[in-house]
Amino acid sequence: MMAGQSRMLGMAKLCSLIVAMIVFIFPFLLLISNSFKANQAITSDPLGLPASFQWDNYVSAFDKMGYISAFGNSLLITVLGVVLIALFAAMTAHYFVRHNSKLNQYLFFLMVAAMIIPFQAIMIPLVKIYGSLSLLDNKWSLIYMYIGFGSPLAVFIYHGFIKSIPLELEEAALMDGCGRVQTFFRIVLPVLLPTSVTIAVLNVLWIWNDFLLPSLVLTSSEQRTLPLSTFYFYGTYTVDYGPLMAGLVLTLLPVLVVYLFAQKYIIQGVMQGSIK
Amino acid sequence: MLTEKGLWARLRTRLIFTGPTLFAFGTVMIIPFLYGIYLTFTNWDGIAVEQSLVGWDNYIGVFKDTVFWKSFVMTLEYVFITVVLTNAVAFLLAYAVTRGIKAQGLFRAGFFLPNLVGGIVLGFIWQFIFNQVFVFAGQKMNLPLFQASWLADPDKAFWALVIVTVWQYAGYMMVIYIAGLMNVPKDVMEAASIDGASNRRMLGRIVLPLMVPSFIVCIFLSLQRGFMVYDLNVSLTSGGPFKSTEMVSMHVYEQAFLARDYGLGQAEAFVLFILVATITLLQVYFSKKLEVEA
Repeated sequence: MMAGQSRMLGMAKLCSLIVAMIVFIFPFLLLISNSFKANQAITSDPLGLPASFQWDNYVSAFDKMGYISAFGNSLLITVLGVVLIALFAAMTAHYFVRHNSKLNQYLFFLMVAAMIIPFQAIMIPLVKIYGSLSLLDNKWSLIYMYIGFGSPLAVFIYHGFIKSIPLELEEAALMDGCGRVQTFFRIVLPVLLPTSVTIAVLNVLWIWNDFLLPSLVLTSSEQRTLPLSTFYFYGTYTVDYGPLMAGLVLTLLPVLVVYLFAQKYIIQGVMQGSIK
Repeated sequence: MLTEKGLWARLRTRLIFTGPTLFAFGTVMIIPFLYGIYLTFTNWDGIAVEQSLVGWDNYIGVFKDTVFWKSFVMTLEYVFITVVLTNAVAFLLAYAVTRGIKAQGLFRAGFFLPNLVGGIVLGFIWQFIFNQVFVFAGQKMNLPLFQASWLADPDKAFWALVIVTVWQYAGYMMVIYIAGLMNVPKDVMEAASIDGASNRRMLGRIVLPLMVPSFIVCIFLSLQRGFMVYDLNVSLTSGGPFKSTEMVSMHVYEQAFLARDYGLGQAEAFVLFILVATITLLQVYFSKKLEVEA
């Protein structure tokens, strides 16, 4: 009887989890379902399943969003931004740990302390300074800014991890005649791989989805990232729901595909990033 | 550790290893931050080449800007409610998916899903749900609560923002709580269960006290995200109806870039920074005192 009761309780728990899960993913299912419907079918019954598949919605969204260009910009900015943040931050953190001088302690402290500055406190002077240098509306400036904003957290996380790596490993390489830079790339960087995955996950989630910074830096339509083009597409198109829904699905699609394959790493990355 | 001979060799290594990061960090964060403090004492309108110093006028302007304080108070309410709800939901979810139920990974993946998508897209999806789906369901099933769009009503629009925020971040915080729950030592739990402690007692006496570091991280993160909410605000309600849901971050943006009063906007951003920094540091300081060792 005890076993039966606890099984009942287990079933109840499982059911409430399933209900919670449906609540969580329902908005996405609704979006996908409506993206295939004609405008009239969406407004008259948003909950119904599509009667026929309106691929036109996708064709027109793809076209009007400038999807290819926006996707390309987002990809370039995210990949380069993340790789450079990880590489430079790893080198800096390594140097700070191995040369633990007063100056380096101060610099490290400055970076950690700066993490509390919200972006809103910087955005106005940032636009003014880079505007007066004619460095706005340029994706390379944006990548550069991501390195500046992303490096404090990355240095902080790498710093914590590098402290646990035995020094002997590097000393042996230096003795054998490797230079500093060579030692770093051959010995240290491979050991840092798990931490680099964490850094990459956190930064991809941030940079890929960021809206405010690109909206301030990138002004011309051919420079737009995916969140920007989604915003402008939705803003100028508020009557025709079909293409709008299809546009949102198109923005979601790359994320869903990556999530399907890298789900384990993404959740692990967020977990690791929070413990440090 | 081995160090290079000679000043030049040492300097070169330092530049290679720390140069790019420190240069970008300095020119993107530190210089704009300091320049921003200077800007709060000027009256730049965004067009003029020169701006003039106006002393403390902008700060006096901040205190006179009733819209700023109205949106600041609303942001405080929003932050308080979302921090409490997000963390409660996140902890419950984490507790549920670490109890050995089948397909735990699938549940975790599902709850985390909204965090992969930017606030802009999430806001548009929910705008559609509040304006079309809920209204449709409300009229079909005769539910007065949903018969008119929530986004057209100032009070309900605020709660719409709260709901979407909790839905968005609960999964992220859940992941952090899962890490915390898995770090609770198994032997301590076993010892307690041999001693005859009930599940609820173990939760209250062992799990929760050992989870304090996770709570610190999650509350810190949800506080910061709450204060800085912008994307969702812009795409879900655009601050409306009638500016009733314009959070402080959006207000700063509008003050500077749309009203073209950069000095006042920057002063408001700076006041916001001081207040947020004080609140988050106090939170970390006081919750650190609750930490215990296993």
